[in-house]
Order: sequence, then C-alpha cells, then structure tokens
Amino acid sequence: MPSLSDVMTPDAAALAAASKGEGRAPPAAGSAEHDLFTGLTRLGDTTLILGHRVSEWCGHAPILEEDIALANMALDLIGQTQLWLGLAGEVEGRGRDADALAFRRDAWDFHNLLLVERPNGDFGLTLMRQFLFDAWHLPMLKALEESSDARIAAIARKAGKEVAYHLERSADLVIRLGDGTEESHRRMQGALDALWGYTGEMFLGDAVDQRLAEAGVMPASESLRAVWNQTVDAVLAEATLSRPASSFAHKGGKQGRHSEHMGHLLTTMQWLQRAYPDAKW
Amino acid sequence: MVRPAVEQVWSWLGEVPDPEIPVISLTDLGIIRDVAYEGETLVVTVTPTYSGCPATSVINLEIEKRLAEEGVTDLRLKRQLSPPWTTDWIAPAARNALKAYGIAPPIDGTAADGVLAGRIARLTGANTAVECPRCGSTQTEMVSRFGSTPCKAAYRCRDCLEPFDYFKCI
Repeated sequence: MPSLSDVMTPDAAALAAASKGEGRAPPAAGSAEHDLFTGLTRLGDTTLILGHRVSEWCGHAPILEEDIALANMALDLIGQTQLWLGLAGEVEGRGRDADALAFRRDAWDFHNLLLVERPNGDFGLTLMRQFLFDAWHLPMLKALEESSDARIAAIARKAGKEVAYHLERSADLVIRLGDGTEESHRRMQGALDALWGYTGEMFLGDAVDQRLAEAGVMPASESLRAVWNQTVDAVLAEATLSRPASSFAHKGGKQGRHSEHMGHLLTTMQWLQRAYPDAKW
Repeated sequence: MVRPAVEQVWSWLGEVPDPEIPVISLTDLGIIRDVAYEGETLVVTVTPTYSGCPATSVINLEIEKRLAEEGVTDLRLKRQLSPPWTTDWIAPAARNALKAYGIAPPIDGTAADGVLAGRIARLTGANTAVECPRCGSTQTEMVSRFGSTPCKAAYRCRDCLEPFDYFKCI
C-alpha cells in the first residue's frame, strides 16, 4: 500500500461519504451488492495474496534480474489489489477502504484461490505457480473488459496490459527451465505435479459466480477453461513437461475455506496493522 | 481568489518533472488527461502509468505543490483509469530526452499480448531492434521484461556491452 496518503479521488470521496455507513449491516447474502462485493474480493484477494507471496522473494531471488522482476510483479499485483478492493469497499458501503479489507479481515473472510496461497517453495515452484495463474489471469481480465459494470471494465483494461508481461515472462521461464538441465527439468515437473490439484478451482463457479455471469458482470468460471488449456498445453509441450492426468481439484478458497498456510501468511502480512491499528508513516 | 487560465495551468504542469525520470515532465509523459474548472474548483485529471507505480502519490503531491506555489488552493485531483495510459502518449520530444538520459524510448506497437509477442521474442532471442541509447547499435538483447521500475525492461548492448533500460510499451 502507498507510503503517502492518496489524494481525494472521486473514489475516496465516495468512500468518505459511505463512511457514514460505518456500523451499517453488510449487504444481504444473495443481493446484487453482496454478489458484487464477493466477486470483487475474489479478484482482489487473489491478487493480494499472490502479490504478498511473490514479494516474499524480495532480496532472496537466485539472481538480481529475477529479484527485480519478482518485486515488480508483486508491485503490479498489489496495485491491482488496491483497485479491486477499493471498489469492493465502495460497493459494500460500510466505509472500509482497500487497506481495511486487506489488513483487518481474518482468513475466513478472504476469497482468494487456494493456488496463490501455496508457499513459494523453490524458484521453480514459484514460477510454475505464476505461470498456471497468469494463463488464467490474462483471459479473465480480457473477459472482464467486457463487463456490464464500467468500473470493472476500466480496472481490467488497466491490469490486462500489465498481466500480458507477467504471462510472457512466466511462460518464457517455464520453457527455459523445463527444457533446461536435468535438474531444472526435474524441479519444474515436480512443481507442476504438486500444484496441478490447485488449478481446477479457477474454473469451478458457485451460485455467486453464476449470478454475476448472468448479469454480465463477470465471466462464467468454466468459460475460461478452454483458452487456459490451450496456453498451458502449448507451453508445457515447448517446455518438455508432461501435463498431469488427474482432474482432482482442491476447492474452498473462493468461499473462505483455506489451507493452513493462509493464517501464517496473514500473520506476517497483517502484523503491523494488527499491532498498531491505523499506523501511518 | 486565484483563478488562472486552463492553458496557464497546463504550462505549469509542463514544468513539473516526473519524480522517477526527471528529464521528462508530467505532460510529456501523457498522464495529465484534463484540466478544467468545476465551479471555482480546479480539477486536474491524472491517470496512473502502472496500477502499482509508487510514483503515483508523489506525482499527486508534486502537482499540488506546484499549483500551490501559484496560489491555487481550491484544487481537486481526479483519478481516471479509462482509457488506460499507454506509452504511445509520450510526447515525441520527450523520447529524445529519454534517449539522451540513457533510457531507450518505447517502440510503439510492440506491447506485450501475453502469448504471441513472447513466442516471437523466444524465437528471435528477444531482439526487437531496440537501439542502444549509448552507442546507437541495434545489436541489443533483452535481459528481463522487468527493469529498475515496472515501466522499464532491462536490456544489454552486444556491441558496447553496456546494460541499459528500455521504456517498454504498454
């Protein structure tokens, strides 16, 4: 989050007005506002948690160029988070801004994909996680550019330009390491096998997703599977890696049921705001 | 009450350097989208370059500071996301300033598309004929799509062997 306070943007003005609604009841489950809030936190929590994970590499990557690239990607993802969660707070209308949503909720209120909370592991695992995610993230944003909600379309157009570079980079490195040395190939195949079971959740929609898709706000989860398969198959073939056969999918992240890793991640990420609420510098 | 002409405000903003790349101004960069009055309030519309760019809040402060120097106090900064910022909006003269500063200016129309551009880059060794800002050679290669800031890529010249930044296209 920014080290300097943001200016009075129309969004901030809307938030200030909405802050009168502090203490107001949250939008009722099943209402359009609740669906939109949930959908937006699914996007924003996913970019937030992945952004945090990637930022854990800062100062630890194998070479300087990769360290810089990882930090830059984390920055893009956190920037996108501010837009998604900022809008979520506005939609909710209870005076919570992006920071409040990021730092003052507990694990069960986070709706990110389980894939992005997986620990970094080695550099190969981090890259494979990034590639499997980017191959979904870019078509997701392309579909969101057509959203019936102009605010969502605007954020998607902005983020899509950034994510195109993420996908090019992660695909490139998966190919270079998969089709690299015996050691790098072994690690990349191991990473793919370990993460495969966490990819299915991206394409499994629930009632909220379905209602958002029917309203033209967000694409149906299943609709992204074909293009994801196409990207993943092409890159894995070039990388000489074998696509795992299993179709088993871990799920629950989008509904707030997380793995044990989530609490540990939040402990680190939220520590300052928990220990010193409203701290500023 | 100070109420300078809109053209005057544009020219003041043209004197505010980008905090990260001080050889070009905010208007050169193309991030000032509109200057207008809403009643007595001066509204300056700014678009971010990258959604996570840490310079964004510094840029907002610099705008406020510059206009306060001219006595403008009734000011509102408006964030506009759409249409998203593109490197195509960087002024022609600013591209030469970038080059003189050691940053290869963007080559319009070479933005990432996620798949095709990456594949071409792999097949060609990522040589998209980006000119070395030091020696002018086009024998250059990409080291990483991400450089010292999100808006730049890291390149290397194969003739003079110097590393340099390339202002990548979005």
